[in-house]
Formats: sequence, structure tokens, C-alpha cells
Amino acid sequence: MPDAMKPARLDVEGLSLSFGGLRAINDVTFSVEPGSITALIGPNGAGKTSMFNCISGFYKPQRGAVRFDGEDVTRVHPPARARMGFARTFQNIALFRGMTVLDNIKLGRHAHMRTNLLQALAFFGPAAREEVELRAEVERDIIDFLEINHIRHMPVAALSYGLQKRVELARALAMRPRILLLDEPVAGMNREETEDMARFILDVKEEWGTTILMVEHDMGMVMDISDHVVVLNFGQVIARGLPHEVQADPQVVAAYLGSGDPAALMKRLAAEADAGAATGGTA
Amino acid sequence: MSDLLFFVEVSLAGLGSGALLSLTALAFVLIYKATRVINLAVGEILMMGGYFFLAFAAGWGLSPWLAIPAAIAGGALIGAVVERGIIRRMLGESPISVFMVTVGLGSVLVGIVELVWGTDPRTLPDFMGTAPVFIGEAYVSRKIAISFAVAGLVIAVFLALFRFWRGGVALRATATDQAAAYACGINVPGVFSLAWTIGCGTAAGAGVLLGSIGGIAPTMGAFGLSALVVVIVGGLDSVAGALVAGLAIGLVEAWTGTYLGGEYKLVFTFGILILMLMIRPYGLFGTKEIERL
Repeated sequence: MPDAMKPARLDVEGLSLSFGGLRAINDVTFSVEPGSITALIGPNGAGKTSMFNCISGFYKPQRGAVRFDGEDVTRVHPPARARMGFARTFQNIALFRGMTVLDNIKLGRHAHMRTNLLQALAFFGPAAREEVELRAEVERDIIDFLEINHIRHMPVAALSYGLQKRVELARALAMRPRILLLDEPVAGMNREETEDMARFILDVKEEWGTTILMVEHDMGMVMDISDHVVVLNFGQVIARGLPHEVQADPQVVAAYLGSGDPAALMKRLAAEADAGAATGGTA
Repeated sequence: MSDLLFFVEVSLAGLGSGALLSLTALAFVLIYKATRVINLAVGEILMMGGYFFLAFAAGWGLSPWLAIPAAIAGGALIGAVVERGIIRRMLGESPISVFMVTVGLGSVLVGIVELVWGTDPRTLPDFMGTAPVFIGEAYVSRKIAISFAVAGLVIAVFLALFRFWRGGVALRATATDQAAAYACGINVPGVFSLAWTIGCGTAAGAGVLLGSIGGIAPTMGAFGLSALVVVIVGGLDSVAGALVAGLAIGLVEAWTGTYLGGEYKLVFTFGILILMLMIRPYGLFGTKEIERL
């Protein structure tokens, strides 16, 4: 495992986000333990992706805080978060088309490189050394690890969907993450690709020890590899705990299968939020 | 003089003005690549470059070798201020609105020049000498030869920077996927600033060269329109496209201007533009999925 990658702890505290009058996230609190795989699940429109964008710095929440190892990073912009050790992937593949797999992966290291323009132009001294080290590290720790040796000089646009997703994971790993944020890592994959990706995510956790937070729809995959599951619905946490506990929770079943009365659930959630605000006010 | 020699001389002159078109087109490409904004004020920034040079070299009596970098810096400063003060505030607005703002900016710059320097054409102090250059037997104007060499060098440097410099790679990455670049730790707003600064500086430099060949006037911004044709033919986001299409359009303009008469120049140039938009709307070397305005 590369050094300087101590897994980080993430705390989300009382986070709220609205778009105009629409409450996307309402007073959400949860934690991601260092070195764990935590899954954020919920039906469509539950606020998962909004939550994810708040955590990675793409959205600024109106209230609440995101803490990275205890430090408040709510207002820190994404490039600075990248330097701190945040790395994310995107729901829709966001690779640099037209570049090769290797170039894409190396761009992940952009935030951590130090040489300036003149050194890079002259291309000796620190710049050349940094480049050589980077290449060796990328080859050893990432390309071999994710089994993408055979495609590394191919342009990413020529790859299958599953492989593109894997290159995106590779680029995120090149960022030396202390927390890895995966937005629907197996969305749109067939069974075999899903199993491969699940194995790689588990390998990252076991060999690198990285803290992982993922949003995912594939229940089977979530239940197989997560240590901890947080369920969102209508922008609020409706359940949390070990995978099998969450799976058995009647509210989760109701949220997913639609049995029960959604109006009643919304009413109960509103009441809970009011109670929460009241206790928060008196404390 | 033989017809062939005359043809070669016309072609060389065409390549010379084509190189200036390429250089100006490069300003469009840089800014479009990074920020997806078509900056229609590039022509007027080019004009500002010419007037800055006039002010520094003739007004203040600076040596041309100081006045040229000062004029380029002046253009770059306009780019930086416009990006920071106007364009960045319009992030997320419709591309048409941003485009229209750059059209307005062009008019404002023309107005400023007319207020300060008047509407009469001026000539720039000579700094390149006048002794003609001969390639074989063919005669080339010294200024055009120098402009060609400078434009070629600058474009080569840009191509190298895009490939090897991390800032250039960051710009390419930003051009491909802003969100991904942002998440990878690339300072995307910084890349925007850099592109506008370098792009407008390049345009101002092209203005000094162009002005020293044909003089300067508040109307010289129209050269930017020819460069816009070059950019659309070559591909809005392609540095190599700007080079190739610039030389090609320069040749076509020289040939038609000489053999058919000056009034045919624009007919041919814009005819090529229309043909190109019909056949390959993304240009010779452009990326296919370019957004259309």
C-alpha cells in the first residue's frame, strides 16, 4: 500500500440542501468509519446524488457540515479537497475522451504534482524524476492491481462500458485517496462486470485500507460488500445499520416496494424533523 | 517575369497572411477549448494590440523590443480582466448570452480606440527593416516573411505546450470534461483565466504583426472575422486545425485576390465557410460532438 494514505473518517452533520423551494436533503446526519465500506441507498429522487455532490464539494449545502477527520470542509472547493485526499467517480462516465487510459490515470495525480512550468519544459531534474516515479507507481499499484495492463495505451473512447468504469476507478486511485467516493459504480453493468467491480472495490478496501462511500442501486452488490448501510428517502435518513438489519427494516421495504402509504411516511418524517429541530434548539 | 514565378510569389504572400490568420485563430481556439465561449472580440483585442504598440513605441518612445512585449501584456491584461470581471459571472448562462457579451465588448473597444486615437488609419514605427527576402528567385516582403516565421514558431510552441506541459494537459482535460477535471484537482477557474489571458495576449501580438504590415485602424478588427472562418473550417477546438485552415484560407485569398480581383476574396472565403458547415460542421480537425450555437 502506498504511504501517506491513512484512511479518513467522514462525518455529515445536520446537512440540508434546497434547490429553490425543493428540499433535496433535510437535516441528514451520518458517519463513515475509517477503512469501512459505507453504502448510501434509497429510491430514485431520495437525495443520494445531491448528498454525494455536497460531500465532494460540487454543491454547497445551506445548513450543516461535512467533516473530514474532524475538520470542517463544507466550503472547501473540489481541487483543494483532491489535495486533502478526496477522490470520486461519476454516475455517468466522466473520462477524458481522446486521451489514452494511461494519460487519464496520470491526470489523477495532477493535484499532487509539484514541478512548475520551467522545470517541466526543461524536463530534467525534479520533473523527470517525478514523472518516472509516477509512472512506476501507477504501473505497479494501479494498472496491475485493476488488471487493465492490456488496454493502457488505448484511447478510452474505444473501451467497453465496464472497462471505462474501471479506468475511472483507476484514475480515482491515482489520486491517492484517503476517502473514495463512488457514485453508482456498477450502474448499467452486466452481471459479470458487476462482480468484477465488486471484487475490485473489496480489494481496494483490503489492500489499500481506503475509506469508501458509495451510492448504489444494485441491492445484491450493496448487501454483499458493505459494512454499513444508510438509507435515504425524501431527503432524510429512514434507516441505518448492518446490511441485513437494513434489509429487514419494514420502512426500507416500504420505501422500495411502495407498500404502505407514502403520505404517511412523509408525515412521520416531517414530524421527526420538527422534533429534531426542537431538541437542537433547546440543547 | 515568368507566370510560374509570379504564382509562387503570390502563394508565398498568401502563406504569410495565412500564418497571421492561424495565429489569430489560435486565440479563438484557446478560449473556446477551455471555456466553450466563442469570443467575438478577438479581432478587437488584436486591434488593441496594434494601438498599444503605437502608444508604447511612438507615444512613449520605447524601443520596439520593449513595446512588443508591453503590447502583448496589454492584450493579456484585457483578457484577464474580462474573464474575471464579466465572463466568470456569466457561468451557466446560455452560450448565446455570453457570445453577445463578447460582441458588445468588441464595440466598446472600438469606441475606446476612436476616442483616444481618432478614426484615421495610422502606420506603426518600423522595426523589421524593409530589405526584401528572396526564396530562390521568388521575392517575399520582409515583413510577411518575418510574420510567417513568428506565427509558425508561436503555433509550434503552443502545440508542444498542450502535449507536454501540465498546464496544457490540464487545459485539454478541462476542455473534455469540466466536472471530472475539477474532481481530479485541476483548478478549473484558473484554467479559464489562463486561456483568456494567453488567448488575448496572442491576439494582441498578432495585431502588432498585422499592423506593422498594413497599418492600423479602428476597423482592423474585421480581420477577426476572417480568423473566425478559419476556426470554423479547421475545427473550433483544434490547434492543428487553426494552423492548416489558416494557411489554406490565406492561399485562397491571395489567389482569388490576384487572379480574379479583390472583390472575389470574401466571396470565396465565406463560400468555403458555407460549404464546410454543410459537409463537416465540426471542422476539419474538430471534435464531433461540439455544441452548436
